[in-house]
Order: sequence, then structure tokens, then C-alpha cells
Amino acid sequence: MCPTLTFATARLSILATVLALGGCQSAPRGTGDLGVVIERAAGRVQVVETTGRTALYTIPELGDLSHASTVFSRDGRYAYVFGRDGGLSKLDLLGGKLVKRVVQAGNSVGGAISQDGSLVAVSNYEPGGVRIFDAESLDLVADIPAVYGDKGATSKVVGLVDAPGRRFVFTLYDAGETWVADLVDPRRPTLRKFKDIGRLPYDGLITPDGRYYLAGLFGEDGIALLDLWDLDAGVRRILDGYGRGEKPLPVYKMPHLEGWASAGDLLFLPAVGRYEVLVVERDGWRERGRIPVHGQPVFVVARPDGRQVWVNFAHPRNDVVQVIDVPSQKIVKTLRPGKAVLHMEFTPRGEQVWISVRDEDRVEVYDTESLERVADLPVDKPSGIFLTARANRIGL
Amino acid sequence: MLKARHLCCGVAAAVLATGVALAAPSKQRQDELIYQLRQDCGSCHGMTLKGGLGPPLVPAAVAGKSDETLVEVILHGLPGTPMGPWAFEISPEEAAWLVRRMKEGL
Ligand code: HEC
Repeated sequence: MCPTLTFATARLSILATVLALGGCQSAPRGTGDLGVVIERAAGRVQVVETTGRTALYTIPELGDLSHASTVFSRDGRYAYVFGRDGGLSKLDLLGGKLVKRVVQAGNSVGGAISQDGSLVAVSNYEPGGVRIFDAESLDLVADIPAVYGDKGATSKVVGLVDAPGRRFVFTLYDAGETWVADLVDPRRPTLRKFKDIGRLPYDGLITPDGRYYLAGLFGEDGIALLDLWDLDAGVRRILDGYGRGEKPLPVYKMPHLEGWASAGDLLFLPAVGRYEVLVVERDGWRERGRIPVHGQPVFVVARPDGRQVWVNFAHPRNDVVQVIDVPSQKIVKTLRPGKAVLHMEFTPRGEQVWISVRDEDRVEVYDTESLERVADLPVDKPSGIFLTARANRIGL
Repeated sequence: MLKARHLCCGVAAAVLATGVALAAPSKQRQDELIYQLRQDCGSCHGMTLKGGLGPPLVPAAVAGKSDETLVEVILHGLPGTPMGPWAFEISPEEAAWLVRRMKEGL
């Protein structure tokens, strides 16, 4: 509770002291313009707001945050941060503090929150599998080891997303399988397993309507597609052989798949081992085109209105961001923010985009119409940027 | 690109023939290499090298492997896996130095 000052004579310095001690805002605030920026090397998170474009708080001691990602409670107040070291941290964005932290595995990579906001799932490399936690208490609710084959091997898990109906969908990197876990009864998850989806699936996404799950393959040219409205139809292959038999270029950073890839009736996906963005029609899942780009794409993200797609790239070509105009499928701008552009996140309605530039220790903000830089914030080795608008999106 | 690859392979072969006890890179280059090891290699092997999509590169994990093999993997990659060839920007001497750092622990 915030103390209220009733003395008309209260001096400003007293007011400041009271506010500092109580950690209070002078007025209540909403969460719609909040977000977090990961400081990967320092193991810290900055809580930011995108209206005035400032950092509000720094929350330290969150462990190894390389490759960290975040989901949000449905009211946007709490951020769940998944660290590389298996740490799962629950942050209060309004209070600017850590609420709870559990180290739930040895090596993990991402997470998801259930449709109703009651369960948080974490995908682990070591021990390979998925663990499900109560979103309120972070108590363990269920453990799903990713055991495959007949020798009891476990697989690293990638591409974990939430799906409508209290389900989580994820993919086994070593096994080449996609599993759908139903948590209607959270303590007794039921699993549906799809085998032989392809070699070395590296990530997965769910379309924003929650219907299709796509797993990108590293070991083959193609994408494994699962229609969650028709599980009996099984996994089928799309964009098969998009590399046309050519020898792939080396990949110095794995591409990522996220629901942001969707723009209208098209999906924009990173090719693997080719300097191309692949364009797929959702209706029929045929290739609509491919756009030559500056390097190996890492994130391919559509502006929320679907008019533009922004792309960043793998090492050593990672100082560039390219902007694709969706109607013409042409690159309209090549920006050079600086060395090691790691992530891009649009403001909820897409008028601005936040870009983390790791080696410049800076987050840059661009206006997405003028394509000019409008602000920057000092951040130590920034990586992921996650805004609370994700709270209201399936698969994010 | 192709040319660089041929050059590098020749040099690598020479390194393998003579063992990997080569001169250490300059101090400044050492700093760059460690930064790269943590950040860029770290995107797959973890920033603390405890593993990620790629296997751990901590002392216990690499102790049983010969320097030559590890240098070879760094320079030429493991085709068909996400481990790419780094010879375009890491020299055989530098790879050998990195392997020694991995075996000692960062
Ligand atoms: C795009 C992801 C990726 C990046 C970046 C990457 N690696 Fe790898 N690396 C892998 C994978 C995956 C393997 C295991 C391949 C296999 O055997 O299936 C591997 C294997 C290795 C091995 C062999 C380990 C062993 O126990 O045999 C070494 C050594 C290695 N990497 C060093 C490096 C170094 C040094 C860098 C940076 C210069 C680097 N890697 C960057 C993915 C990566």
C-alpha cells in the first residue's frame, strides 16, 4: 500500500523520501505499454515502458539469461522469464521486483503460458522434456520427459507453444517428433505423439489463430505442418525441398520461428542455409515466393498490421536489419543499427519497433513509417525484448 | 569464399601434421576470441559453454577428446549438423588456442 500524504505543507523532499521508501507510483498505472528487455550477460532484466520510451526498473540476479525468453500473465502484470540455466523467474512489472524464482532444470530454452493463464510450461534441453508449473505459485504440476525410441533416450525440446484448450505443443529436436500435451487435467497430461516429422527440427510456431503448428527442419529442406483442428490427419510436409538440392550455406546462428511471421494470408519464414525469406500461402500451404535477403535470416517478424516484415540476420552478417514491403514483396529499406542485432519487437499496434543491438549496448527504437530512428536506450548486452501485448496472443 | 576454404584447409592440414602447439594469438585477439566464444558460439553452446542446442564445451565434456579433433571441428564444422565451419574468421592457431581455453575452463 502506498502511504498518502495529507499534510499540505509536506515538502518535496519528504515526498520524495516517502515515495522512495514505499516504492510507490504517484498514480496507479496500467500494464499495456510495459515490457522487459533482457540483459543477457549481466543476468538482469530492465522493465521498460513504450509510451515515454524509458526504463522503469532493473531487476538483477536472474542467472544465465543468454537465449532467455518471456511470457506474460493475462493481466500483463507478471513476466515469466525462462533462463538458459533452467531458472524460471516471475517478475512483477508494476512493483519492479522479483516475486519468485525456481531453478527447475539444468539447461532450458523457452516457455509458454496456457490459454487461461493458469499454467506455465518450460521446455528443457537437460533433462530433455517439458515441465509444467502453477502460474501463481511456480509449484511443479507435471513433468513430461521427452523419452523416445526403444532405448530410453531423451531429446532436447524446442518450439514449445500454447494452443487453445489448455494444450501445449512442442517438438523433440533429437527425435524428430512433435507432441501435443493436453492439460485439461493438469496433473495427468495426455500426450499425442507425431513421429518422423523430419530431421533435426530446430523450432516451432503456432499461427495466431491457434490452428496450425509448424516445425522448421534443420536437417532437411522443408517444414512439418500439423493442423490442430484435425490431429488425425497427422503431420505433413510443406515447402519440401525448397533448397532445390543446392548445398546449404553454413548457419552461424539458428533461425527462430514465432507467430509474428504471419501477415494476412501469408506466412514469412526464414530459409535455413540460404539467404532467403520464404513466403507461403496459408490457403493450401503453397510457396508464393522467396525474397533474397542480406544473410541467413534469424527472426522474420511481421508488423502487427501485416504491411511490413522485418528481418535480422545471423553472425557475421548481423549488423543489418531489412524491411520487406508485403504487397510488393520487395526490400524497401536496409538499416545498419550496429554489430549483433539480436531481436526486434513491435509496439502493440506497430507504429514503432524496438531493436536490441548487443555489441553497441543499446536498444534502438524506429518509427515504422518513416523508418527513422527516434530514440535509443542504454542497455547492457541486450537480447530479447518482450512487450506485454504478447499476453493477449496465442502462441506468444 | 571458396578460395578462403581451400587456403584454410591447407593450413589446417599443416597444423594437424605438426600438432597444435602453436604461438598464442595477441592479447587483443585473445579478448576478441573469448568474447566470440561466449557470445557467438554461446548462442548454441550456452554463454557459459554448459551446452544448448550444441553440446557442452566445458572441461569435463571435452577432456576426453583430442585437440586435433576439436580444432578440426571448429575449423571445418560437422556437415549435416548446425555446427558450421569457422575457418573463414578463425585461424588454425586461434582454434588451437580456443581448444586449450575450453579444456582449462573459462
Ligand atoms: C548454430 C549453432 C552452433 C554454433 C553457433 C556453434 N556450434 Fe559448435 N556445435 C553445434 C552442434 C549442434 C554441435 C554437435 C554436432 C553433432 O555432433 O551433432 C557442435 C559441436 C561442436 C564441437 C564438438 C564438441 C564435441 O564434444 O565433440 C566443438 C568443439 C564446437 N562445436 C565448438 C564451437 C565453437 C568454438 C564455436 C564458435 C566459434 C561453435 N562451436 C559455434 C552447434 C553450434
